Amino acid sequence: MNREQALYNYVLRLGDDSLILGQRLAELCGHGPILEEDIALTNISLDLIGQATLFLEYAGSLGGENKSNDDLAFLRLEKEYVNVLLVEQPNGHFGDTIMRQFLFDAFRKPLLENLQNSSDEKLASIAEKALKETKYHLKHSSEWVIRLGDGTEDSHSKIQESLDTLYRYAHELFFTDEIDAYLQEKNIIPELISVKSEWENTVKEVLEMATLSFPDNNWKFEGGRKGRHSEHMGYLLADLQYMQRTYPNMEW
Amino acid sequence: MNHIWDLLNEVFDPEVPVLTVVDLGIVRSVEEIEEVFHVTITPTYIGCPAMQTIEKDIETKLREHGISNLIIQTSISPAWTTDWMSEEGKRKLKAYGIAPPQNEPDKSVLFADPIIVPCPRCDSDNTKMVSRFGSTACKAHYQCVQCREPFDYFKCFK
Repeated sequence: MNREQALYNYVLRLGDDSLILGQRLAELCGHGPILEEDIALTNISLDLIGQATLFLEYAGSLGGENKSNDDLAFLRLEKEYVNVLLVEQPNGHFGDTIMRQFLFDAFRKPLLENLQNSSDEKLASIAEKALKETKYHLKHSSEWVIRLGDGTEDSHSKIQESLDTLYRYAHELFFTDEIDAYLQEKNIIPELISVKSEWENTVKEVLEMATLSFPDNNWKFEGGRKGRHSEHMGYLLADLQYMQRTYPNMEW
Repeated sequence: MNHIWDLLNEVFDPEVPVLTVVDLGIVRSVEEIEEVFHVTITPTYIGCPAMQTIEKDIETKLREHGISNLIIQTSISPAWTTDWMSEEGKRKLKAYGIAPPQNEPDKSVLFADPIIVPCPRCDSDNTKMVSRFGSTACKAHYQCVQCREPFDYFKCFK
């Protein structure tokens, strides 16, 4: 493995996480539970797709094939996407959407904070830009987790179920393999220990305020980072890629 | 060079049409290198759909005035902050009915009190946040409790 290959693979992971979660939230455009939330969720979607644009543009320049960010976003096969399974999970009800967002935001914020110090200048500059928006997202998703958890009996039980279901996908956020090890050694990406401890603190603090309890089962799903996705991914990609597959090279 | 800055100060943001790209702090530098003008711009929010329009508007404006040797480049670092918005820009925002960014970002953690954003209509401090997200990425949605007027707040972004 060389530096460029490793970086390509890593940046693709960051880009795919942003892209797929951005696509999921975009599905809610016009379907939010209330007008303000409709606008909030699509604003977050827009930020994530903006982040994906930068990450995938950078990845494209590294891959050796000079692919554009659009090529990477629209023309890969399912097994070539390397996002975590968490972000491709369906929107479900509002509690599911918010819990998925919260578990992701709580991870993304400390990760980007650390990536700002990357020895790779380009990666550091994208992280610096994306961090400001991500902090805002985390604030929003945390507040809703608390509001729903510490809300009515109904909202509490619903979001507890969301947590029980989605928590099984959270472990994959901390997946590492030889790509990470290589980049960590070169000070391009951080060790995940500090990111993980901050994630755990945030999750613990918010769940306590939300009067929610940690799931007692210890199921862990993973596979996304290696291109093995849940059944939901194919449907998501069918929607995402429809225009480019149907009208190749079409532009707005 | 001043001429170019003057022209740029006539290019308006498509979403907040009282502000020019110079007021917003989007234009970071103008340089002349071997008779080619390099205009460097920076996005406010990465996904802001207005950026492409802004780039095109800048190019059109300069070409209309005979400046055709130009390159518009985008830089993302250092990342844009509302500190780069001009005082003139803040004044224009308020007159337009959008509360300008306060100097403090909203540091409220969870349910703590958010920062005070005075109403751009009646100047009352008695306002409340309706939603962190407004009609565009750069704004939040507020309402004045005093005069009951709903208004946009241009978020402090640092």
